[in-house]
Amino acid sequence: MRVSRIPVTQKVVISEMPDLSLLDPLIEKYKGRKGNMIPLLQGAQNIYGYIPKEAFEKLSQDTGLSLSEMYGVATFYAQFRMNPVGKHIIKVCHGTACHVQNANSITDAIQDALKIKDTETTEDRLFTLESVACLGCCSLAPVMMIGDDTYGKLTGKAAVKIIKEIRIRESQNDEK
Amino acid sequence: MSKTQVIVGLGSCGVAAGAGKTYEKIKALQEAENLDFMLKKTSCVGMCFCEPLVEIVDSSGTYLYGGIDENKVFDIINKHVVQGSPVKEYLVHTDLFKTPENEFLDDQVKIVLRNCGHMDPESIEEYEARQGYSALRQIAGEKISSETVIQKILDSGIRGRGGGGFPTGMKWRFAANNPSDEKFIICNADEGDPGAFMDRSVLEGDPHSVLEGMIIGAYAIGATDGVIYCRAEYPLAIKRLNIAIDQARENQYLGKNILGIENFNFDIHIKEGAGAFVCGEETALIASVEGERGMPRKRPPFPAASGLWRKPTNINNVETFANIPWIIINGPEAYAKYGTEKSKGTKVFALAGKIKRSGLVEVPMGITIRDVIFKLGGGIQDDKKFKAVQMGGPSGGCIPEYLADTIVDYDSVNATGAIMGSGGMVVMDETTCMIDVAKFFLDFTQKESCGKCTFCRIGTKRMLEILIRITEGEGRDGDIELLEELAYQIKDTSLCGLGQTAPNPVLTTIRYFRDEYEAHIYHKKCPAKVCKKLLTYEVDTEKCTGCTVCAKNCPTNAIDGDRKQLHFIRQEDCIRCGECYSRCKFDAIKLF
Repeated sequence: MRVSRIPVTQKVVISEMPDLSLLDPLIEKYKGRKGNMIPLLQGAQNIYGYIPKEAFEKLSQDTGLSLSEMYGVATFYAQFRMNPVGKHIIKVCHGTACHVQNANSITDAIQDALKIKDTETTEDRLFTLESVACLGCCSLAPVMMIGDDTYGKLTGKAAVKIIKEIRIRESQNDEK
Repeated sequence: MSKTQVIVGLGSCGVAAGAGKTYEKIKALQEAENLDFMLKKTSCVGMCFCEPLVEIVDSSGTYLYGGIDENKVFDIINKHVVQGSPVKEYLVHTDLFKTPENEFLDDQVKIVLRNCGHMDPESIEEYEARQGYSALRQIAGEKISSETVIQKILDSGIRGRGGGGFPTGMKWRFAANNPSDEKFIICNADEGDPGAFMDRSVLEGDPHSVLEGMIIGAYAIGATDGVIYCRAEYPLAIKRLNIAIDQARENQYLGKNILGIENFNFDIHIKEGAGAFVCGEETALIASVEGERGMPRKRPPFPAASGLWRKPTNINNVETFANIPWIIINGPEAYAKYGTEKSKGTKVFALAGKIKRSGLVEVPMGITIRDVIFKLGGGIQDDKKFKAVQMGGPSGGCIPEYLADTIVDYDSVNATGAIMGSGGMVVMDETTCMIDVAKFFLDFTQKESCGKCTFCRIGTKRMLEILIRITEGEGRDGDIELLEELAYQIKDTSLCGLGQTAPNPVLTTIRYFRDEYEAHIYHKKCPAKVCKKLLTYEVDTEKCTGCTVCAKNCPTNAIDGDRKQLHFIRQEDCIRCGECYSRCKFDAIKLF
């Protein structure tokens, strides 16, 4: 059932307090409009990459939406996250076409290489691994998406290679 | 002589295959060499199997090149555009002579996809040049009444393309007959079926035709506001829809007194879905647009009487709307000419899976499934044996090879236990395990169940547990009967389409592949060699080179053997994880 679809297996310690003033323009835009709950939550997630507990509280205070209803909606839809994610989200497609073309081996290979499980984030907060239902590129199966880039006709090895290249690029950026 | 055009296909699948880089490369080349041609963008023509696609139109004709990655750019631009000689080896289609890929295109009838891949989707002028908005202009110019529009749609015989197959004209009439100061029209673009991507291609390739269909629908039922409920996973579609909506507003196709029709005020907004399969159900979708959890409610009242914000609401799918302008321009008779007695027109299918030519096809209703797979799709990858085709996604079923001559129409497909659905066709060969497929779909519906109806919530979970047990070698006598009993109870007691159809993949696989279930349960064997726990791994004595890779990686140390010596798997310690099989570079691990 949908409520427990994203199991939280990792303990994440969040030290920094999110900057809540970033929410003000969003609240200004949607306050008082009917049907505003999902756009508000989507907006908050766009700002922080996830929806921090404090953001829920502020949204509730400023718009009058009840906390419990917001939590109900946020846990219902696959899109919303309650935990911070890595810089790059690796979405491995597990649609029908990808499944019959062995998408499981892609997830397995990435899990092995990054030493994380599905839905988890690497320790350096660079990558989060997610399985998604369908990216709509079935003819290129099996597929994964990192950021806005889609990679098709993958093998486990090819997927790991792509991730390694991103990691190398990131470390070069750090040195600069 | 008009200028040579170079057109790059930049749909999502093209971009995934590297078309963005191809486009940049051509642009750089054009600038560097100061070449005189027009560089344009278009979307998917449906030939996903040979992306990235580049089309060159010159005075001699049109040439479509396939598989043009950035390395091949120089070759075709230099040879074709500069020297004027087409490059045959990359050619996939031309209007001058036949290529093998003609099979893919010859039997297609393009109504919904009439503009996809033939124009720049971000240009309203190009859409207008291809008869765009002329249906709406015709209605405004000839003062055609809303009742006549509905009658035309009824006469065309078009049925809802989202899966249900309810006659569109009838749906419009219900909404039109409910008086209200406010009415809504919603376009369902929450394409949730894993394995279907035609709505995405239409939205990316021809967003204006969907808008025009919605505007005509709004005129017919008297709607004041329109909503497109689109998946957030389709960023490119959302971007192009936004561009199209702005252009339509500027050109008075949206707004107040549209095209001079008095009191016809209508505007369209986009709502991004947040990822829930159940929102394909009308009442759940409405709840989601209202910002609530997307849970379905009891019908009646139907949305046509009480929908969004309790006002009369009409919901159609992307593909349905894209058909509407064509029907108005060409007349309902022209549309009804295609198809069978009860299913008129064409249907778009997303061909995927173990097929040679995957992509998007639009065929007239009444064509056989076999023709779609073997003529258009070119047959099975690596010439393996065709086993089944899955139609209708998680709500559909598997149609076996011996029923492949079933014709494509709503009633014939329903008779097999599958459904037409939104149009995913996932082809499976002999290496696909049908129980694994049933398990896959049930795992999906089980997770996506909203939890409102007990049988859907818990019943699907129990069925999944049984299937997992069977694929892990713990199947028991009576499991098949238990699955069937649960399946019918879930179908009977669920409120919405998700639960009513969730058991279909299991029921159809039991119906057509009972022997495979029995092999798993009684003989503990997986005939397709997919279910890992049911396989026996052995070393091929002729191929083993003694490289020790398998022994080193075996998690239970069940493999014996010294370097450069034949290795051996101790079956009593093997946990059948498959690690040795995937690690061996010499193909020396055999499966039984």
